[in-house]
Amino acid sequence: MSLFLRDYLTVVWFGIAALAIGGLLLGLAALIRPSKPSYDKAIAYESGVDPVGLGWSQSQIRYYVFALLFVVFDVEAVFLFPWAASMERYGAFGLIAMLAFIVLLLDGLVYAWKRGLLRWV
Amino acid sequence: MVHFALEIPYWGQSLLRVVGGLVAVLLPAGGIVYIFLFKMMSFMQSRLGPMEAGPYGSMQLLAEVGKWMQKEDLAPERADKAIYKMAPLIVLLSTFLLIVVVPFGPDAYFTNFETGVFYAMAVGSVSVLGILVAGWASANKYSLLGGLRAAGQLIAYELPMVLATLGVVIQAGSMNLNQIVVAQNDGEIFGFGGLGNPFIITQFVGFMIFMIAVQAELTQVPFDMPIAESELVSGYMTEYSGFRFLIFFIAEFATAGVFAFIASVLFLGGWGIPFDWFGWDGSNLDTVDNWMNVVGPIIMATKMFALVGVIMWVRFSYPRFREDQLQTFAWKFLIPLALLNTAVTAVLKVAF
Repeated sequence: MSLFLRDYLTVVWFGIAALAIGGLLLGLAALIRPSKPSYDKAIAYESGVDPVGLGWSQSQIRYYVFALLFVVFDVEAVFLFPWAASMERYGAFGLIAMLAFIVLLLDGLVYAWKRGLLRWV
Repeated sequence: MVHFALEIPYWGQSLLRVVGGLVAVLLPAGGIVYIFLFKMMSFMQSRLGPMEAGPYGSMQLLAEVGKWMQKEDLAPERADKAIYKMAPLIVLLSTFLLIVVVPFGPDAYFTNFETGVFYAMAVGSVSVLGILVAGWASANKYSLLGGLRAAGQLIAYELPMVLATLGVVIQAGSMNLNQIVVAQNDGEIFGFGGLGNPFIITQFVGFMIFMIAVQAELTQVPFDMPIAESELVSGYMTEYSGFRFLIFFIAEFATAGVFAFIASVLFLGGWGIPFDWFGWDGSNLDTVDNWMNVVGPIIMATKMFALVGVIMWVRFSYPRFREDQLQTFAWKFLIPLALLNTAVTAVLKVAF
């Protein structure tokens, strides 16, 4: 197997190790801890008052615009990194091209800002 | 240079790596909790902190683990039980996936990704999934609000963090974390190589942005709205009890350690000492002496504890932001500043 793939295999081992150590500790705790379920313990905690309605109550999620902007800038970062790593090869031409790219995307942020979409109310 | 690791079969190497990873995650986590959370916080608040268990309360950690193990594992009646129980493990998983990229010496690394920075930034946001899932599955209003706040906050601060590392990548000319370390220790400031060129000097703005973003990613105090005990009880952890709660807690401090490791690799020179001292050649890692594999982890641990000290110091000193101030700060200040930093670094890199 190539070294490249072996590195990713190591990631898998670490993932398994994390789940194993978590599972092991939880299993150990399961042997020690008491288990006396009761109705009162299973009520959702609302500062000691009986819960009102369901836990999954409707609330306004304000940040779909933020999520969209996040996708835009994260994809931008994906394009910026390869350029940043080999900047010496691309030189002035690459610099001007990428600066134009950054400015265009900043433009999007400024537009959202001007429209008042960045306000959290 | 002796590549001693190659004589061990692959399963043995993997086992060694996993054991090393466990040590690199859990020891710093324990150290951080004892030194900073128990002792430094207590001294800053004019009290002694734990003193009973062991000398100066040093066995307090074991006592805490023993205590949490004996607590009943409760799940709310309406909760989505399977996902509710899985969520702490997802958060812990993200910590372990993150330590994989950190290099501790010229040969002492777990993986040597060519795109290490990329991997770190991608995996660093897995913990959001765990937190969001925990908040949703608890079927509790406080938890849900906490989980949603965490998601919004981590989205907002992921970007400044990614963009701040761009400056480092531009300067080092590589995304490989080991190469970034070499670039700093082999570098020179105006022809003087006795200090190397740690990027904290040339990328100071990037370093500040990175540390602020790390503070927010770890939901430490100026940015702790997802937990906000005076508003949301305990945020997404409200319904958790017993060992599952402790896993969230361990993962929080372990992740603080791992992010400090990554910050020290990116900005403080990582495992290296200036290569000029011993006449090492940065373009050929084989010239680096073998003992760096032993000294490297010690240097890394020192830098990590120094950075975590700063994170915790800020945590104990500042009051909490308001939710809208937090978002405004990220989107209207940090992200434009990070992009500007990138552009200036790029122009200077091409000009010189």
